[in-house]
Amino acid sequence: MYDFSIITSWIDSFLRQYLPEWGALLIEFVLIGVALLLLYALIALFLIYFERKVCAFFQCRLGPNRVGPYGVIQSVADMFKMLIKELIRLNHVDQFLFNLAPYLVITASMLAFGCLPFGRGLQVLDFNIGIFFLIAASSIGILGILLAGWSSNNKFTLVGAIRSGAQMISYELSIGLSIITIVTLAGTMSISGIVEAQQNGWFIFTGHIPAIVAFLIYLVAGTAETNRGPFDLPEAESELTAGYHTEYSGMHFGFFYLAEYLNLFIVSGVATTLFLGGWMPLHIPGWEAFNNVMDYIPSIIWFFGKCVVIMWVIIWFKWTFPRLRIDQLLKLEWKYLLPLSLVNLAVMSILVVLGWHF
Amino acid sequence: MNSAFLVVVLITGIALVGAALLIAGWLSPRSFNPQKGEAYECGIPTRGDSWMQFKVGYYLFAILYLMFDVETVFLFPWAVILRDVGVAGLASIAFFMVILVLGLVYAWKKGALEWK
Repeated sequence: MYDFSIITSWIDSFLRQYLPEWGALLIEFVLIGVALLLLYALIALFLIYFERKVCAFFQCRLGPNRVGPYGVIQSVADMFKMLIKELIRLNHVDQFLFNLAPYLVITASMLAFGCLPFGRGLQVLDFNIGIFFLIAASSIGILGILLAGWSSNNKFTLVGAIRSGAQMISYELSIGLSIITIVTLAGTMSISGIVEAQQNGWFIFTGHIPAIVAFLIYLVAGTAETNRGPFDLPEAESELTAGYHTEYSGMHFGFFYLAEYLNLFIVSGVATTLFLGGWMPLHIPGWEAFNNVMDYIPSIIWFFGKCVVIMWVIIWFKWTFPRLRIDQLLKLEWKYLLPLSLVNLAVMSILVVLGWHF
Repeated sequence: MNSAFLVVVLITGIALVGAALLIAGWLSPRSFNPQKGEAYECGIPTRGDSWMQFKVGYYLFAILYLMFDVETVFLFPWAVILRDVGVAGLASIAFFMVILVLGLVYAWKKGALEWK
Protein backbone atom coordinates (compact mmCIF):
# COMPACT_ATOMS: atom_id res chain seq x y z
CA MET A 1 0.00 0.00 0.00
CA TYR A 2 1.15 3.53 -0.74
CA ASP A 3 3.13 5.15 2.06
CA PHE A 4 2.74 8.90 2.35
CA SER A 5 6.01 9.24 4.26
CA ILE A 6 7.73 8.86 0.85
CA ILE A 7 6.37 12.28 -0.11
CA THR A 8 7.27 13.92 3.18
CA SER A 9 10.80 12.52 3.25
CA TRP A 10 11.26 13.56 -0.39
CA ILE A 11 10.24 17.14 0.48
CA ASP A 12 12.58 17.02 3.47
CA SER A 13 15.62 15.89 1.47
CA PHE A 14 14.76 18.32 -1.35
CA LEU A 15 14.70 21.27 1.04
CA ARG A 16 17.89 20.19 2.80
CA GLN A 17 19.76 20.21 -0.53
CA TYR A 18 19.31 23.93 -0.97
CA LEU A 19 18.83 25.30 2.54
CA PRO A 20 20.61 25.10 5.91
CA GLU A 21 18.94 22.85 8.46
CA TRP A 22 17.03 25.56 10.32
CA GLY A 23 15.67 26.98 7.06
CA ALA A 24 14.46 23.58 5.88
CA LEU A 25 12.82 22.94 9.25
CA LEU A 26 11.15 26.34 9.22
CA ILE A 27 9.67 25.79 5.77
CA GLU A 28 8.50 22.32 6.77
CA PHE A 29 6.77 23.70 9.85
CA VAL A 30 5.02 26.34 7.75
CA LEU A 31 3.97 23.66 5.26
CA ILE A 32 2.55 21.50 8.04
CA GLY A 33 0.63 24.45 9.45
CA VAL A 34 -0.81 25.42 6.07
CA ALA A 35 -1.76 21.82 5.27
CA LEU A 36 -3.52 21.45 8.63
CA LEU A 37 -5.38 24.74 8.16
CA LEU A 38 -6.53 23.77 4.66
CA LEU A 39 -7.67 20.33 5.75
CA TYR A 40 -9.42 21.81 8.79
CA ALA A 41 -11.31 24.36 6.69
CA LEU A 42 -12.15 21.87 3.93
CA ILE A 43 -13.51 19.30 6.36
CA ALA A 44 -15.61 21.94 8.11
CA LEU A 45 -17.07 23.17 4.81
CA PHE A 46 -17.76 19.61 3.66
CA LEU A 47 -19.40 18.70 6.96
CA ILE A 48 -21.71 21.73 6.97
CA TYR A 49 -22.89 20.83 3.46
CA PHE A 50 -23.13 17.12 4.34
CA GLU A 51 -25.19 17.74 7.46
CA ARG A 52 -27.58 20.08 5.68
CA LYS A 53 -28.08 17.66 2.80
CA VAL A 54 -28.56 14.60 5.02
CA CYS A 55 -30.97 16.47 7.26
CA ALA A 56 -32.90 17.65 4.22
CA PHE A 57 -33.23 14.11 2.87
CA PHE A 58 -34.40 12.83 6.25
CA GLN A 59 -37.14 15.44 6.16
CA CYS A 60 -38.05 14.86 2.47
CA ARG A 61 -36.65 18.23 1.38
CA LEU A 62 -33.99 19.05 -1.20
CA GLY A 63 -31.66 21.04 1.02
CA PRO A 64 -29.25 23.65 -0.40
CA ASN A 65 -29.43 23.47 -4.22
CA ARG A 66 -28.99 27.01 -5.55
CA VAL A 67 -25.30 27.91 -5.15
CA GLY A 68 -23.33 25.78 -7.58
CA PRO A 69 -24.30 22.31 -8.83
CA TYR A 70 -26.39 20.56 -6.12
CA GLY A 71 -25.55 23.47 -3.82
CA VAL A 72 -21.98 22.31 -3.19
CA ILE A 73 -20.63 25.87 -2.83
CA GLN A 74 -23.32 26.81 -0.33
CA SER A 75 -21.06 26.45 2.70
CA VAL A 76 -18.30 28.51 1.03
CA ALA A 77 -20.84 31.27 0.48
CA ASP A 78 -21.92 30.93 4.11
CA MET A 79 -18.33 31.30 5.22
CA PHE A 80 -17.95 34.57 3.29
CA LYS A 81 -21.23 35.80 4.68
CA MET A 82 -20.00 35.09 8.19
CA LEU A 83 -16.76 36.95 7.54
CA ILE A 84 -18.52 40.15 6.45
CA LYS A 85 -20.96 40.22 9.36
CA GLU A 86 -20.39 42.82 12.03
CA LEU A 87 -18.63 41.83 15.27
CA ILE A 88 -20.94 43.58 17.72
CA ARG A 89 -19.22 45.13 20.74
CA LEU A 90 -21.27 44.42 23.84
CA ASN A 91 -21.18 46.71 26.82
CA HIS A 92 -21.80 44.28 29.64
CA VAL A 93 -19.44 41.36 29.00
CA ASP A 94 -16.06 40.41 30.45
CA GLN A 95 -14.07 41.46 27.36
CA PHE A 96 -10.91 39.46 28.02
CA LEU A 97 -12.60 36.11 28.69
CA PHE A 98 -15.20 36.77 25.98
CA ASN A 99 -12.44 37.11 23.37
CA LEU A 100 -10.33 34.29 24.82
CA ALA A 101 -13.06 31.63 24.56
CA PRO A 102 -12.96 31.15 20.73
CA TYR A 103 -9.19 30.72 20.90
CA LEU A 104 -9.53 27.94 23.47
CA VAL A 105 -12.28 26.14 21.56
CA ILE A 106 -10.47 26.25 18.22
CA THR A 107 -7.01 25.44 19.62
CA ALA A 108 -8.38 22.41 21.49
CA SER A 109 -10.00 21.01 18.37
CA MET A 110 -6.88 21.77 16.31
CA LEU A 111 -4.66 19.89 18.78
CA ALA A 112 -6.94 16.87 18.70
CA PHE A 113 -7.18 17.14 14.91
CA GLY A 114 -3.38 17.01 14.61
CA CYS A 115 -3.34 13.64 16.41
CA LEU A 116 -5.54 11.83 13.89
CA PRO A 117 -3.87 9.37 11.50
CA PHE A 118 -5.19 10.35 8.06
CA GLY A 119 -3.23 7.72 6.19
CA ARG A 120 -0.09 5.63 6.27
CA GLY A 121 2.63 8.13 7.25
CA LEU A 122 0.17 11.04 7.38
CA GLN A 123 0.06 12.02 11.04
CA VAL A 124 1.39 15.24 12.55
CA LEU A 125 1.46 14.47 16.28
CA ASP A 126 2.47 10.91 17.08
CA PHE A 127 3.26 10.72 20.80
CA ASN A 128 3.75 7.48 22.69
CA ILE A 129 0.83 8.61 24.88
CA GLY A 130 -1.12 9.66 21.75
CA ILE A 131 -4.70 8.72 22.62
CA PHE A 132 -4.32 10.04 26.16
CA PHE A 133 -3.03 13.34 24.81
CA LEU A 134 -5.98 13.48 22.43
CA ILE A 135 -8.55 13.23 25.24
CA ALA A 136 -6.59 15.75 27.31
CA ALA A 137 -6.39 18.23 24.43
CA SER A 138 -10.03 17.92 23.46
CA SER A 139 -11.18 18.55 27.04
CA ILE A 140 -9.70 22.07 26.85
CA GLY A 141 -12.69 22.80 24.62
CA ILE A 142 -15.04 22.43 27.63
CA LEU A 143 -13.15 25.27 29.28
CA GLY A 144 -13.72 27.47 26.23
CA ILE A 145 -17.45 26.75 26.25
CA LEU A 146 -17.74 27.43 29.99
CA LEU A 147 -15.82 30.70 29.61
CA ALA A 148 -17.98 31.74 26.64
CA GLY A 149 -21.18 31.23 28.57
CA TRP A 150 -19.94 32.76 31.78
CA SER A 151 -18.29 35.84 30.31
CA SER A 152 -21.31 36.79 28.17
CA ASN A 153 -23.26 37.91 31.26
CA ASN A 154 -26.54 36.60 29.92
CA LYS A 155 -28.84 34.14 31.65
CA PHE A 156 -29.34 31.98 28.56
CA THR A 157 -25.63 31.60 27.99
CA LEU A 158 -24.95 30.84 31.64
CA VAL A 159 -27.53 28.05 31.74
CA GLY A 160 -26.26 26.72 28.41
CA ALA A 161 -22.63 26.74 29.50
CA ILE A 162 -23.28 25.03 32.82
CA ARG A 163 -25.42 22.36 31.20
CA SER A 164 -22.71 21.87 28.63
CA GLY A 165 -20.04 21.58 31.30
CA ALA A 166 -22.05 18.99 33.28
CA GLN A 167 -22.80 17.03 30.12
CA MET A 168 -19.31 17.03 28.66
CA ILE A 169 -17.46 16.12 31.84
CA SER A 170 -19.94 13.34 32.59
CA TYR A 171 -19.72 11.72 29.17
CA GLU A 172 -15.94 12.06 29.15
CA LEU A 173 -15.84 9.27 31.75
CA SER A 174 -17.51 6.82 29.38
CA ILE A 175 -15.27 7.95 26.54
CA GLY A 176 -12.19 7.46 28.73
CA LEU A 177 -13.30 4.00 29.88
CA SER A 178 -14.14 2.77 26.39
CA ILE A 179 -10.76 4.04 25.17
CA ILE A 180 -9.05 2.21 28.05
CA THR A 181 -10.88 -0.95 26.95
CA ILE A 182 -9.20 -0.66 23.57
CA VAL A 183 -5.81 0.32 25.03
CA THR A 184 -5.97 -2.89 27.10
CA LEU A 185 -6.50 -4.87 23.92
CA ALA A 186 -3.84 -3.02 21.90
CA GLY A 187 -1.24 -2.82 24.68
CA THR A 188 -0.14 0.65 23.58
CA MET A 189 -1.36 4.24 23.81
CA SER A 190 0.40 5.49 20.69
CA ILE A 191 -2.10 6.12 17.90
CA SER A 192 0.11 4.72 15.15
CA GLY A 193 0.73 1.66 17.35
CA ILE A 194 -3.01 1.12 17.80
CA VAL A 195 -3.53 1.30 14.03
CA GLU A 196 -0.63 -1.09 13.37
CA ALA A 197 -2.07 -3.57 15.88
CA GLN A 198 -5.21 -3.84 13.73
CA GLN A 199 -3.37 -5.10 10.67
CA ASN A 200 -4.91 -8.56 10.86
CA GLY A 201 -8.40 -7.50 11.81
CA TRP A 202 -10.08 -4.43 13.17
CA PHE A 203 -10.57 -4.32 16.94
CA ILE A 204 -14.33 -4.37 16.60
CA PHE A 205 -13.97 -7.86 15.07
CA THR A 206 -11.05 -9.21 17.11
CA GLY A 207 -12.18 -7.91 20.51
CA HIS A 208 -15.22 -10.16 20.98
CA ILE A 209 -18.33 -8.59 22.55
CA PRO A 210 -16.50 -6.10 24.85
CA ALA A 211 -15.10 -4.24 21.83
CA ILE A 212 -18.55 -3.96 20.25
CA VAL A 213 -20.06 -2.75 23.53
CA ALA A 214 -17.21 -0.24 23.90
CA PHE A 215 -17.85 0.96 20.35
CA LEU A 216 -21.54 1.56 21.06
CA ILE A 217 -20.75 3.33 24.35
CA TYR A 218 -18.18 5.46 22.55
CA LEU A 219 -20.68 6.38 19.84
CA VAL A 220 -23.31 7.50 22.37
CA ALA A 221 -20.84 9.34 24.60
CA GLY A 222 -19.12 10.90 21.59
CA THR A 223 -22.42 12.27 20.33
CA ALA A 224 -22.97 13.80 23.75
CA GLU A 225 -19.45 15.18 23.78
CA THR A 226 -20.05 17.16 20.58
CA ASN A 227 -23.24 18.74 22.01
CA ARG A 228 -25.24 17.32 19.13
CA GLY A 229 -28.17 15.18 18.34
CA PRO A 230 -30.45 14.16 21.17
CA PHE A 231 -27.92 15.68 23.58
CA ASP A 232 -28.06 19.27 22.25
CA LEU A 233 -29.57 20.79 25.38
CA PRO A 234 -26.66 23.23 25.92
CA GLU A 235 -27.85 25.03 22.81
CA ALA A 236 -31.49 24.02 22.85
CA GLU A 237 -32.87 26.66 20.52
CA SER A 238 -36.45 26.33 21.69
CA GLU A 239 -35.58 27.20 25.30
CA LEU A 240 -32.16 28.92 25.36
CA THR A 241 -32.05 30.92 22.10
CA ALA A 242 -28.65 29.57 21.05
CA GLY A 243 -27.19 28.40 24.36
CA TYR A 244 -23.65 29.34 25.28
CA HIS A 245 -22.94 31.32 22.08
CA THR A 246 -26.05 33.51 22.10
CA GLU A 247 -24.04 36.71 22.53
CA TYR A 248 -21.45 35.94 19.87
CA SER A 249 -21.92 37.53 16.47
CA GLY A 250 -20.33 37.23 13.05
CA MET A 251 -17.07 35.32 12.88
CA HIS A 252 -16.98 34.95 16.67
CA PHE A 253 -20.00 32.69 16.37
CA GLY A 254 -18.38 31.10 13.33
CA PHE A 255 -15.57 29.73 15.49
CA PHE A 256 -17.97 27.86 17.75
CA TYR A 257 -19.80 26.54 14.71
CA LEU A 258 -16.50 25.44 13.14
CA ALA A 259 -15.30 23.78 16.34
CA GLU A 260 -18.58 21.93 16.75
CA TYR A 261 -18.32 20.38 13.30
CA LEU A 262 -14.64 19.62 13.72
CA ASN A 263 -15.42 17.92 17.04
CA LEU A 264 -17.88 15.74 15.16
CA PHE A 265 -15.11 14.81 12.78
CA ILE A 266 -12.65 14.18 15.62
CA VAL A 267 -15.10 11.91 17.45
CA SER A 268 -15.69 9.88 14.31
CA GLY A 269 -11.96 9.90 13.53
CA VAL A 270 -11.13 8.49 16.96
CA ALA A 271 -13.88 5.89 16.63
CA THR A 272 -12.41 4.92 13.26
CA THR A 273 -8.89 4.72 14.66
CA LEU A 274 -9.77 2.72 17.74
CA PHE A 275 -12.46 0.36 16.53
CA LEU A 276 -12.50 0.29 12.74
CA GLY A 277 -8.79 0.00 12.08
CA GLY A 278 -7.92 3.60 11.19
CA TRP A 279 -6.53 3.62 7.68
CA MET A 280 -6.11 -0.17 7.60
CA PRO A 281 -8.00 -1.85 4.75
CA LEU A 282 -10.56 -4.57 5.39
CA HIS A 283 -8.84 -7.95 5.40
CA ILE A 284 -10.55 -11.32 5.59
CA PRO A 285 -8.10 -14.12 6.47
CA GLY A 286 -7.82 -16.61 3.65
CA TRP A 287 -9.31 -14.45 0.92
CA GLU A 288 -6.04 -13.54 -0.82
CA ALA A 289 -7.50 -11.93 -3.95
CA PHE A 290 -10.00 -9.88 -1.94
CA ASN A 291 -7.23 -8.66 0.39
CA ASN A 292 -5.07 -7.61 -2.55
CA VAL A 293 -7.90 -5.61 -4.08
CA MET A 294 -8.53 -3.94 -0.72
CA ASP A 295 -4.83 -3.12 -0.37
CA TYR A 296 -4.99 -1.32 -3.69
CA ILE A 297 -7.37 1.36 -2.31
CA PRO A 298 -5.27 4.21 -0.80
CA SER A 299 -5.17 4.45 3.00
CA ILE A 300 -6.49 8.02 3.07
CA ILE A 301 -9.68 6.91 1.30
CA TRP A 302 -10.17 4.14 3.85
CA PHE A 303 -9.84 6.60 6.71
CA PHE A 304 -12.16 9.25 5.31
CA GLY A 305 -14.64 6.64 4.08
CA LYS A 306 -15.01 5.13 7.55
CA CYS A 307 -15.23 8.61 9.07
CA VAL A 308 -18.05 9.59 6.74
CA VAL A 309 -19.99 6.45 7.64
CA ILE A 310 -19.70 7.17 11.38
CA MET A 311 -20.53 10.85 10.89
CA TRP A 312 -23.59 9.81 8.94
CA VAL A 313 -24.70 7.61 11.83
CA ILE A 314 -24.21 10.48 14.31
CA ILE A 315 -26.21 12.84 12.08
CA TRP A 316 -28.86 10.13 11.81
CA PHE A 317 -29.12 10.15 15.65
CA LYS A 318 -29.71 13.88 15.56
CA TRP A 319 -32.66 13.70 13.20
CA THR A 320 -34.23 10.63 14.80
CA PHE A 321 -34.30 11.09 18.58
CA PRO A 322 -36.01 13.89 20.51
CA ARG A 323 -33.91 15.96 22.90
CA LEU A 324 -33.27 14.57 26.39
CA ARG A 325 -33.94 16.47 29.61
CA ILE A 326 -30.95 17.28 31.84
CA ASP A 327 -31.98 14.73 34.48
CA GLN A 328 -32.48 12.00 31.87
CA LEU A 329 -29.11 12.90 30.38
CA LEU A 330 -27.21 12.60 33.66
CA LYS A 331 -29.15 9.45 34.60
CA LEU A 332 -28.20 7.82 31.28
CA GLU A 333 -24.54 8.51 31.90
CA TRP A 334 -24.15 7.85 35.62
CA LYS A 335 -26.63 5.01 36.09
CA TYR A 336 -26.34 3.16 32.79
CA LEU A 337 -23.29 3.96 30.69
CA LEU A 338 -20.73 4.31 33.51
CA PRO A 339 -21.51 0.98 35.29
CA LEU A 340 -21.80 -0.72 31.90
CA SER A 341 -18.40 0.55 30.75
CA LEU A 342 -16.79 -0.47 34.08
CA VAL A 343 -18.14 -4.02 33.70
CA ASN A 344 -17.09 -3.98 30.05
CA LEU A 345 -13.54 -2.98 30.99
CA ALA A 346 -13.37 -5.79 33.56
CA VAL A 347 -14.54 -8.36 30.99
CA MET A 348 -12.05 -7.10 28.43
CA SER A 349 -9.11 -7.19 30.85
CA ILE A 350 -9.98 -10.77 31.85
CA LEU A 351 -10.12 -11.72 28.16
CA VAL A 352 -6.75 -10.11 27.50
CA VAL A 353 -5.04 -11.70 30.52
CA LEU A 354 -6.36 -15.15 29.65
CA GLY A 355 -5.46 -14.63 25.99
CA TRP A 356 -8.96 -15.35 24.69
CA HIS A 357 -8.96 -12.53 22.16
CA PHE A 358 -8.16 -13.25 18.51
CA MET B 1 10.86 16.67 17.38
CA ASN B 2 7.35 15.83 18.46
CA SER B 3 7.20 18.74 20.89
CA ALA B 4 8.22 21.06 18.03
CA PHE B 5 5.25 19.75 16.06
CA LEU B 6 3.06 20.35 19.10
CA VAL B 7 4.10 24.01 19.11
CA VAL B 8 3.44 24.20 15.35
CA VAL B 9 -0.09 22.83 15.78
CA LEU B 10 -0.75 25.21 18.69
CA ILE B 11 0.42 28.20 16.65
CA THR B 12 -1.73 27.02 13.72
CA GLY B 13 -4.81 26.98 15.92
CA ILE B 14 -4.11 30.44 17.33
CA ALA B 15 -3.23 31.78 13.86
CA LEU B 16 -6.53 30.49 12.43
CA VAL B 17 -8.55 32.46 14.99
CA GLY B 18 -6.31 35.53 14.78
CA ALA B 19 -6.28 35.68 10.99
CA ALA B 20 -10.02 35.09 10.64
CA LEU B 21 -10.75 37.82 13.20
CA LEU B 22 -8.39 40.18 11.39
CA ILE B 23 -10.12 39.56 8.04
CA ALA B 24 -13.54 39.86 9.66
CA GLY B 25 -12.55 43.11 11.35
CA TRP B 26 -11.32 44.45 8.03
CA LEU B 27 -14.35 43.41 5.95
CA SER B 28 -17.19 43.85 8.39
CA PRO B 29 -19.17 47.05 8.89
CA ARG B 30 -18.93 48.85 12.19
CA SER B 31 -21.64 50.92 13.75
CA PHE B 32 -22.33 51.82 17.33
CA ASN B 33 -25.67 51.95 18.99
CA PRO B 34 -26.22 51.70 22.75
CA GLN B 35 -29.20 49.37 22.22
CA LYS B 36 -27.07 46.94 20.25
CA GLY B 37 -24.74 46.31 23.18
CA GLU B 38 -27.55 45.12 25.44
CA ALA B 39 -27.97 41.48 26.47
CA TYR B 40 -29.80 39.39 23.86
CA GLU B 41 -32.59 38.12 26.06
CA CYS B 42 -36.26 38.97 25.73
CA GLY B 43 -36.42 42.49 24.38
CA ILE B 44 -37.26 44.04 27.73
CA PRO B 45 -34.37 45.43 29.83
CA THR B 46 -32.47 42.71 31.71
CA ARG B 47 -32.93 42.58 35.45
CA GLY B 48 -29.73 42.32 37.43
CA ASP B 49 -26.45 40.63 36.73
CA SER B 50 -26.08 37.11 35.39
CA TRP B 51 -23.04 36.33 37.52
CA MET B 52 -25.09 34.77 40.26
CA GLN B 53 -25.69 31.51 42.09
CA PHE B 54 -26.80 28.44 40.17
CA LYS B 55 -28.07 25.00 41.03
CA VAL B 56 -25.85 23.00 43.38
CA GLY B 57 -26.65 19.75 41.52
CA TYR B 58 -24.07 20.57 38.86
CA TYR B 59 -21.43 20.92 41.58
CA LEU B 60 -22.11 17.43 42.93
CA PHE B 61 -21.60 15.93 39.46
CA ALA B 62 -18.38 17.91 39.09
CA ILE B 63 -17.03 16.38 42.33
CA LEU B 64 -18.04 12.87 41.24
CA TYR B 65 -16.36 13.51 37.91
CA LEU B 66 -13.10 14.49 39.63
CA MET B 67 -13.10 11.20 41.54
CA PHE B 68 -13.60 9.10 38.41
CA ASP B 69 -11.30 11.12 36.21
CA VAL B 70 -8.35 10.54 38.53
CA GLU B 71 -9.21 6.85 38.34
CA THR B 72 -9.05 7.05 34.55
CA VAL B 73 -5.58 8.56 34.72
CA PHE B 74 -4.39 5.67 36.92
CA LEU B 75 -5.96 3.09 34.61
CA PHE B 76 -4.13 4.21 31.45
CA PRO B 77 -0.59 3.02 32.37
CA TRP B 78 -2.09 -0.16 33.82
CA ALA B 79 -3.92 -0.86 30.56
CA VAL B 80 -0.68 -0.59 28.57
CA ILE B 81 1.26 -3.16 30.62
CA LEU B 82 -1.64 -5.49 31.47
CA ARG B 83 -0.46 -8.14 28.99
CA ASP B 84 2.98 -8.33 30.64
CA VAL B 85 1.90 -8.39 34.28
CA GLY B 86 -0.97 -10.83 33.72
CA VAL B 87 -3.10 -12.09 36.59
CA ALA B 88 -1.12 -10.10 39.20
CA GLY B 89 -2.07 -6.87 37.44
CA LEU B 90 -5.69 -7.96 37.27
CA ALA B 91 -5.78 -8.71 41.00
CA SER B 92 -4.10 -5.48 42.04
CA ILE B 93 -6.39 -3.28 39.94
CA ALA B 94 -9.42 -5.18 41.25
CA PHE B 95 -8.82 -3.76 44.77
CA PHE B 96 -8.57 -0.26 43.37
CA MET B 97 -11.72 -0.66 41.30
CA VAL B 98 -13.72 -2.18 44.15
CA ILE B 99 -12.98 0.84 46.36
CA LEU B 100 -13.99 3.21 43.55
CA VAL B 101 -17.17 1.33 42.73
CA LEU B 102 -18.02 1.41 46.45
CA GLY B 103 -17.70 5.20 46.20
CA LEU B 104 -20.12 5.26 43.27
CA VAL B 105 -22.54 2.96 45.13
CA TYR B 106 -22.36 5.25 48.17
CA ALA B 107 -23.12 8.32 46.03
CA TRP B 108 -25.99 6.43 44.38
CA LYS B 109 -27.50 5.33 47.74
CA LYS B 110 -27.10 8.86 49.14
CA GLY B 111 -29.11 10.18 46.22
CA ALA B 112 -26.32 12.29 44.71
CA LEU B 113 -27.18 10.95 41.26
CA GLU B 114 -30.81 12.05 41.48
CA TRP B 115 -31.72 15.36 39.88
CA LYS B 116 -33.94 17.25 42.31
